[in-house]
Amino acid sequence: MTTPKRTSQELLASWVVARSSPAAADWFLGQLERLKTSPSEKDIYLALGYATRKLGKGDLDLKAEERAAASAARPAWDPSDWSIDQAARIAFVLASQTRDGAAFKARLETLFNTADVWELIAFYRGLPLYPNAVQHVARAREGTRSAMQPIFEAVAHRNPFPMEQFDENAWNHMVLKALFIGSKLAPILGLDERANPPLMRMLCDYAHERWAAQRPVSPELWRCVGPHADGAAVEDLARVLATGGRLERQAAALALAAARHPDAERHLRGVPDLHEAVRAQQVIWTDIARA
Amino acid sequence: MFLDSHTHMVSRTTDDYERMASAGVVACIEPAFWLGQPRTNVGSYIDYLSLICGFERFRAGQFGLRHYCTVGLNPKEANNEELAEAVLEILPRYALKEGVVAIGELGYDEQTALEDKYFRAQLELAKELALPVMIHTPHRDKRQGTLRSMAVALEHKLDPSFVVIDHNNEETVREVLDRGFWAAFSIYPFTKMGNERMVEIVRTYGAERIFCDSACDWGVSDPLAVPKTAELMRRGGIAEEAIEKVTYGNPLAAYGKSGQIKEDDWLNPAPIDQRTLYMGNSVLRGGQTPKVGPAPASGSAALGDLKIV
Repeated sequence: MTTPKRTSQELLASWVVARSSPAAADWFLGQLERLKTSPSEKDIYLALGYATRKLGKGDLDLKAEERAAASAARPAWDPSDWSIDQAARIAFVLASQTRDGAAFKARLETLFNTADVWELIAFYRGLPLYPNAVQHVARAREGTRSAMQPIFEAVAHRNPFPMEQFDENAWNHMVLKALFIGSKLAPILGLDERANPPLMRMLCDYAHERWAAQRPVSPELWRCVGPHADGAAVEDLARVLATGGRLERQAAALALAAARHPDAERHLRGVPDLHEAVRAQQVIWTDIARA
Repeated sequence: MFLDSHTHMVSRTTDDYERMASAGVVACIEPAFWLGQPRTNVGSYIDYLSLICGFERFRAGQFGLRHYCTVGLNPKEANNEELAEAVLEILPRYALKEGVVAIGELGYDEQTALEDKYFRAQLELAKELALPVMIHTPHRDKRQGTLRSMAVALEHKLDPSFVVIDHNNEETVREVLDRGFWAAFSIYPFTKMGNERMVEIVRTYGAERIFCDSACDWGVSDPLAVPKTAELMRRGGIAEEAIEKVTYGNPLAAYGKSGQIKEDDWLNPAPIDQRTLYMGNSVLRGGQTPKVGPAPASGSAALGDLKIV
């Protein structure tokens, strides 16, 4: 017996209800109903505004089966670090959709333009759920330009939208900016799949810039260098292997193991212990990011 | 710990944030006001309101200060009817944003018919949403403007305990207190209130429903006005308990009625907030138990010249 697949909208509503008091759940479902039937602009703003007040900002803290239902409803959707009010706000936004796609897009833009920080985080996290994804690329790129790290991360981290919609230039600048502002790379979905030669070049240049300024280089940087490393990049990796700290050397070994350049193997053979640790998967990127 | 309940931080530098944090200011409130020159369209208002509940809130957090704001159409710009109508239309989008602790600054500038119209409309909005109101009392014809602001608030059935009358002086304080409103004093050189006068106000009227703020903005003003005034009160022999109320407890109680500002925000920030907005106040790092009260007297040297005239 299989249960019918539920939409992301239904899932959001069920998660919010399951985590709210009866009174709060009633309020939430009442607003949802109201927003489905030609709401006024004020209705929408007040529902969104009251979301944190009525439902709180607790973590959604999804169970394993709920996370599985999420990726079944929308491939690669990962709401594992969403909060209750964020789920409710996206449910409200989705409920207020109209048949007129342009009108929905215009409303969404207004919501973005008048959002507070916490709402911005919610609206950007909702990107993979909005209809007609290609309409929202410019908005997503705006999010990655933000001077506020949590806004940037709402687009970049655990969000399938960039890997699906960003062109190469947008993608590369997002990855570079993550390093530039001290954000992690590991939570970016599609990091390995979307690695490309121009990004490899940008990252190596950035590493040289940091070295020249005697500033540390994040070991995660080398993850997107390895698969497309050219001769110069392999030399950079050899330098890290020779002079870096523990994590940097692990990262360089991982990157060299992913490299197709003929010199990569030679450098790895010079560090047999690390080479073996990489082969045995005792050294992995997510651990390097976490350290 | 101090709460500066009236600051226009968008006009201030990172140096100011650092000095405020090291002087013990844990939180500040940014009332929506004009820019020093008139806005020409509602888009300018939208960006400004987004800034004070967006990036400025984030920026303050990077220096260990919690930042709150009030939203509203100010009395000067109420005189541009086209702009005023459009702003009233968009205010509901902002009134329930996170950290919006009041509708304000409202009130009168030259006490025109348009100022009166939009003051009343915004009082109704505050009432509908159960939000406090911050009233800016006029620079000119101050006493009459203050009395009229209070009369109109009462006519619209606002609870005076939800209404802060700001920029008071010796001529207005008695009537504000008698009517049950909060009486705020902006310690702002040359035009508003000096802090030696403030000490005398507290000596005369006590600390109930009285508080002070800096109103620091793009003019000659002092973001350390609240800690400086606290130190001056201490030297003037005002009791610690009264100093704490005037520089921290009272504004927290007044704007706390919004449900959007709580002591826990800075003493015990939720982990989810630390992940997103707030870098934490270095004063409170390392598991120390923060002490509620004015900064220690030994820190007063860093405040420089205490007097603001």
